[in-house]
Amino acid sequence: MMDLSSLLDLIDSTIRLSTPLLFAALAGLYSERSGIFDISLEGKMLIAAFASASAAAVWGSVMLGLCVGILASVGFSLIHGVASITYRGNQIVSGVAINFIAAGLTIILGQSWFGQGGRTPSLFGGGRFTAVDLPGAEAVRDVPVLGPIYSGILSGQTPLVYVAFLMVPLTWWILFRTRFGLRLRAVGENPAAVDTAGISVTWLRYRAVIICGVLCGFAGAYLATAQAAGFTRDMTAGKGYIALAALIFANWKPVPVMFACLLFGFLDAISIRVGGVELPVIGQISVQFVSALPYILTVILLAGFVGKATPPKAGGVPYVKER
Amino acid sequence: MKHFLAGILAATVLTATAASAADFKPAILYDLGGKFDKSFNEGAYNGAEKFKKETGTEYREFEIVNDAQREQALRRFARDGASPIISVGFSQAAALEAVAKEYPDTQFAIIDSVVDLPNVRSILFKEEEGSYLVGILAAMKSEDGKVGFVGGMDIPLISKFSCGYKGGVKSVSKDDVVFENMTGSTGAAWNDPVRGGELAKAQIDKGADVIFHAAGGTGIGVLQAAADAGKFGIGVDSNQDGLFPGHVLTSMVKRVDNAVYQAFMDAKDGKWTSGIQTLGLKEDGVGYSVDEYNKDLITPEMKEAAEKAKQDIIAGKIKVHDYTTDSICPY
Repeated sequence: MMDLSSLLDLIDSTIRLSTPLLFAALAGLYSERSGIFDISLEGKMLIAAFASASAAAVWGSVMLGLCVGILASVGFSLIHGVASITYRGNQIVSGVAINFIAAGLTIILGQSWFGQGGRTPSLFGGGRFTAVDLPGAEAVRDVPVLGPIYSGILSGQTPLVYVAFLMVPLTWWILFRTRFGLRLRAVGENPAAVDTAGISVTWLRYRAVIICGVLCGFAGAYLATAQAAGFTRDMTAGKGYIALAALIFANWKPVPVMFACLLFGFLDAISIRVGGVELPVIGQISVQFVSALPYILTVILLAGFVGKATPPKAGGVPYVKER
Repeated sequence: MKHFLAGILAATVLTATAASAADFKPAILYDLGGKFDKSFNEGAYNGAEKFKKETGTEYREFEIVNDAQREQALRRFARDGASPIISVGFSQAAALEAVAKEYPDTQFAIIDSVVDLPNVRSILFKEEEGSYLVGILAAMKSEDGKVGFVGGMDIPLISKFSCGYKGGVKSVSKDDVVFENMTGSTGAAWNDPVRGGELAKAQIDKGADVIFHAAGGTGIGVLQAAADAGKFGIGVDSNQDGLFPGHVLTSMVKRVDNAVYQAFMDAKDGKWTSGIQTLGLKEDGVGYSVDEYNKDLITPEMKEAAEKAKQDIIAGKIKVHDYTTDSICPY
């Protein structure tokens, strides 16, 4: 059933589908490693998708769209930051609130600006990220094995895909090889120790939250201006939560996060391809089962195979300086 | 104080009776997907707008954002004295049935489903007939004999589209292949263009070069993916030819606008009838679109074949199978 070209298509599709998850999961990684739980990844992606699509539709420039998307997402991040760092509010409540605000705000603003029921106008031309061909992709296409992999999978993705996957080693390096990363991890484990060392817990956590906003901005912009061509209401469709699941599943470590996201992307890609296909022995798999598969697997993986998820110790706890 | 309260009470009662006795107040309830889905709901919206323009009568409307709102919204319309109330979409049937029983004097209409009550008009379309025609066009346009279909939610209504489409394709060439995918099994499947695009890409990877969608807002992603790959999409419900000019072969139009307009008009003129109304090719309830965006894509031979099939269907010489009657697609 599966020949080489359909296998390549499957991998290609996996990469496309895991990119937004990867951005969002890495965003969550920075925030949660600093001790700020963030279930508002979904909302920030949504507002970024909306802002980037709107800006790209109005000005016809996708880079401008990306910038506006990031700004919107960082803005929401800061709301979360102010609520949970400065005012020491409950981080889960603040996150839920942001998700609700984003879901409502995008539709209301979209309706009043564009009058298309919360949809932005379709993007075309310079308003979208288009696939880039890597140098020599055509030339090596016929080289056995490596040729199709290079030209079919590595080449021909949108620029944001490369950014997402480059963020993985970069995040690893920042987290485990820089002073900032060390402090970031420390502040999520034991903020009092960081404070004693004379480093501002507040400023450190704010920086983490801002990075989280930037990456969520990328995730949203990818959804609206690369994967689709325009914003539609609730277009994140739970991806923020899947990203959160991937983050927990990967135990808050950058490289495992990438593999977890690829796994979820792969399940999604498989579910798209396997629907309606006759398989030997099993027969036709029902759409219902196929679309439930990623969630079923999430539950199984999270419940049984991960073993123990060990979140950052100070996660979710506002830091109160002792007097 | 007592007098004051009684006064308020009386005022409320007065306004309430005034509202129910008020003049003609039509209302329309859109389904998930919203009134600007460039598809099904938008058709209904266009019909209502046409009515408003011609008669100057305002109508009330509501777009639901989750399933639980259906019944609330319908009840609210009915309580406020609106009539007729049109609910757009098959998923409103259960809610409508409950509310229509409570307000037997209010006129209701439902599109795409049957609610068997004396005050409900059930409007059905023969989607299979229109789909058959676009199936013919798709098969004649396809270069390698492989075409695709992307449905929204996996329900019999959508299989009706796909079955008619298959019938049309196979009537051109028995060996043609039709790839068929459904987006999902919940209401969210109507509004997921990213997934729609991925499904279309998967079909294009398998060789499909014309893809018909019956997926509401999800279909925008299908048409987009087809246009990006230089292939053809086929729109549904409303005329979607202008969305990606040159890459939308045609649209299987379902004249929801006419049905809504007619229902409002009938109620206004006192000619309201309840019961089942089925609109097919003969009643001009379905069809395929040809306009300035796609006239160069459809060759005279294609048009001739489609027109001939249309005449044959109207004359009863071709009987397109209706999937919903027996849940089997014979093609």
